[in-house]
Amino acid sequence: MPHLDLLKAAAESNHWMAIFPELMLGCLALLLLALEVILPKKEHGVIPAVAIVGQFGVLLGLLLNFHTGYEGQDTFGGLLHHSENGQFMRAFFLLASILVCILGTIALAKQKMPRIEFFNIVMVVSGAMMLLAQSNNFILLFVALETVTVGFYILVSYFRTNPLSLEAGLKYLITGALSSGLLLFGIVLLYGVAGNPTLPGSSADSMNFTALHTFLAANPGNFLASVGIVLVLSGVAFKIGAVPFQIWIPDVYQGAPTPVTAFLAVASKAAGFSILLILLNVFQPYVHLTTTVLSIMAAATILFGNLAALTQHNVKRLIGLSGVSHAGYLMIGAVAASVLPGALSSQAVGAIYFYLFAYLLASFAVFGVMTHLAGSDDADQELEHYADLGKTHPFLGAVLAIGLGSLAGIPPLAGFMGKLMIFVAAFKAGLHGLLLVAIIGVVISIYYYFGWIKAAFFETWRAPLLEGETDPRPGRTPVSFAAGVMLASLALATVVLGFYQGPFGAWLLSLKF
Amino acid sequence: MNTLPVDLLLLSIATPLAVALVISLGMPLRLAKGFAAAAFAVPALVALFLWSRFACEPLHHTYAFYKVYNTGLQGIGIHLALGLNGISLPLFVLAGVVGLAAGLYAIQSNAERLKTYLVLLLVMQGGLMGVFASVDIFFFYFFHELALIPTFIMVGIWGGKDRSYAAMKMTIYLTVGAMLSLIGLIALYHQSGADSFDLITLREAILAKGLSACVSKYIFGLLMFGFGILVSLWPFHTWAPLGYGAAPSSAAMLHAGVLKKFGLYGLVQIALPLLPLGVVEWARPLAMLAVVGNLLVIGFITIAQRDLKQMIGYSSVMHMGYAFLGIATFSVAGVGGVVLMMVAHGFSVALLFLLSTSIYHRTQTFDMMEMGGLAQKAPVMAALFVTATMASIGLPGLANFWGELTIFVAAWQFSHVLTVLAVTGVVISAIYGLRSAARVFFGPQTEAFAKVAAEKPVTDLTCCEKLPALILVAALFFIGFWPRSISTPLNSAIEAIYHQPAVHAPAVAAK
Repeated sequence: MPHLDLLKAAAESNHWMAIFPELMLGCLALLLLALEVILPKKEHGVIPAVAIVGQFGVLLGLLLNFHTGYEGQDTFGGLLHHSENGQFMRAFFLLASILVCILGTIALAKQKMPRIEFFNIVMVVSGAMMLLAQSNNFILLFVALETVTVGFYILVSYFRTNPLSLEAGLKYLITGALSSGLLLFGIVLLYGVAGNPTLPGSSADSMNFTALHTFLAANPGNFLASVGIVLVLSGVAFKIGAVPFQIWIPDVYQGAPTPVTAFLAVASKAAGFSILLILLNVFQPYVHLTTTVLSIMAAATILFGNLAALTQHNVKRLIGLSGVSHAGYLMIGAVAASVLPGALSSQAVGAIYFYLFAYLLASFAVFGVMTHLAGSDDADQELEHYADLGKTHPFLGAVLAIGLGSLAGIPPLAGFMGKLMIFVAAFKAGLHGLLLVAIIGVVISIYYYFGWIKAAFFETWRAPLLEGETDPRPGRTPVSFAAGVMLASLALATVVLGFYQGPFGAWLLSLKF
Repeated sequence: MNTLPVDLLLLSIATPLAVALVISLGMPLRLAKGFAAAAFAVPALVALFLWSRFACEPLHHTYAFYKVYNTGLQGIGIHLALGLNGISLPLFVLAGVVGLAAGLYAIQSNAERLKTYLVLLLVMQGGLMGVFASVDIFFFYFFHELALIPTFIMVGIWGGKDRSYAAMKMTIYLTVGAMLSLIGLIALYHQSGADSFDLITLREAILAKGLSACVSKYIFGLLMFGFGILVSLWPFHTWAPLGYGAAPSSAAMLHAGVLKKFGLYGLVQIALPLLPLGVVEWARPLAMLAVVGNLLVIGFITIAQRDLKQMIGYSSVMHMGYAFLGIATFSVAGVGGVVLMMVAHGFSVALLFLLSTSIYHRTQTFDMMEMGGLAQKAPVMAALFVTATMASIGLPGLANFWGELTIFVAAWQFSHVLTVLAVTGVVISAIYGLRSAARVFFGPQTEAFAKVAAEKPVTDLTCCEKLPALILVAALFFIGFWPRSISTPLNSAIEAIYHQPAVHAPAVAAK
């Protein structure tokens, strides 16, 4: 029967083992809900542990089976494209997810909130991000992206008794919906123009990236395609937090629960960059257009992020705006990757991935300290709450200093190596103007990063408390063993990776664009 | 080519860093002090040992004890290449010995949270050893920046007046300088065509290919201003007196004594040999800024200082004027004089900062108008202070004399007018140096000091304070009487690097 044969042929390329980690995450998420129903209330404490250990297992499986044998192949009818870059990003998102879950156990303990749903949604979002990193088709890209975004709508407003959290969720919803609309409009334009039978290179399956790339190569300078590309880049720029789509960041980062802010800052941004790199590859025939758009955005993003962060004293807003400037530096790397020829573009791609990894280590170290210092009002975290941290909690102080130093880009920490690799790639690509803006940005960022270290370490005179007055600083959560191990490993990894990048660094520099 | 069984250079860098990590994990204070003393001693002993062996070592393109390690970034041409040549050897010894003195002084200082202080000093020391042992220009920059966070925290927690503002200003200024030099170094790596940051490979690539005058000019400009800010070139110097005035003594000793030499060493070792056309273009402006700005303007400001530590800080900015003048002459004598001067200045300014803190502990003030007659109670301290002052003025018999003399001789060929102005710098340093010695140690006791002395009797230097000071004085006399120990390997290295056909400097028209 012809239909059965057609379906069989289409299903030939459904290699379910290729997405085994994502499937495992999905099953684990459902398992958590099942455990919540089955186990009695007093044993619910074991469920976050199940989530974390389960994800560790999935990560271990992914790393042991790193070279899956699917490299370079398209599966699921061209929906997914497997590559070493994709594998790296999957491991990255799993690691971020594990760290968010650990932070979640600490933060949720201070609130009276339902707990298990948090871990469920985090795992679903991570699974979607992992699929996003391998996407080869606009449909899958959009569906996965929407899964991530909708999951984040819920996570951002998770602390539903806090008005700032609800406000943050609403702001994220509205701006996110706008950006999804722009992205969709761009996708549809590209689909439409690539499906036009009168143009050379058109195909019926123009949602597929390979087919789209062929069309764009055959039609350089098509106006509708250009508009589509710019709109798609705008949709991606929202996820990254690039100017002019960054306005949601301070408020959403402040209102969201601290682990969710960490997840947004690291994983959501990384997801945006992994899509950006894939799309820049697809849009390579229009490299002049993408380079112009991205260069202007990168310069504006670096300047805005750094200047706006100067005046912040709420640490969550500070981290959010400083993250905007990091997105700017990464965008310089992305421009360099698309401008440089063959072998050199690998260096730019490796630079971006290394920078993201160093950013993950440093950000989670800082967010870990923030989670321990947060009180019951999660949105109210000010710089003055960090006074005397170096004295009373030297371990947390040291981890904070290492994390902030790495974010500022100071040797010998990993963040500096990331910045260095991006600067070298940018110089080779001839992006001298962007480099100048970048070093201005680094100098400005010293003020607020070191200002934070100053707040934690330097002693300032404070008026003694009057009778009956309580210390306005929220109490600091004692560091549990698991959290201590996590923070120590992140700090140690930052220092070691700054000195010695070893085979990891060499492998990253060899990844293809 | 390393003929030793153990890579001593890597050992001297790794020991302070490893011990810093071990101490930060937690241990009793006495044990920490012992470990720290050992960790400061190892680089100093290694440096002295390598100095003694240098003359009979085989050289690999002027470098002895050369060893290359892969750290993973070979893809962009970065390797950890370690080695010493005639230019870096004296500075390596400077770093080791001043580090030992600063470390010993810190250990006996009884500061609060001493373990944290020692950990930060050890990180700084590890970085300093790495700066002068690196042949790779990227790691040269990398090890220098290791000092940034420790300095910020040390000045902010253990510092003196205005420490919070001083720490932030210093860090921002130093980052500006560092970023400019980083871009300059990356530009050098890229334009040379060599796919490596290794200085030997860069030299060969530039000799083979050559750099155009335009490229050479702009890279040298970047490096000159970047390194210049790090070395407090006028008018980018304002961070230095403020920062050194606020810094705790050991941090000030390491920073002013050793870390500042990073920029000058970078110019001498990297920029001058590789970018001769750029040097010719920038030599006059640099010399003018150095003489008029650093020597004269800052010299007069130094004379006006009442605060002892600020005065020493300004004087170190002033002495950098001699160094920039020597670099601008672009001759073997001039550059050799700069290296000699760097080493001598490092020892003398470290000694001055050490003594100024000891003075503060006895008089409870840095204001020179409120001291006087200290020599009666503390004759050893007075003798050491006068020696340090004489060294900084440039008295023959002490190390600084040789450096300054050579620079003046070289500068005379370059420009008569600037040399005459530069020599007046000697008179200026004599004025403030001798006056400070007179005000602090000799003459009648002021009322303010008498009150302080009544509450807490003034004692001379303790033996723990004397040890680091004597180490530094011994170094000053040793080099003062036997400068050949440094200048022989130095001259052969400079001639080997500078007198290659493609980098031979065209004759600079004497004014």
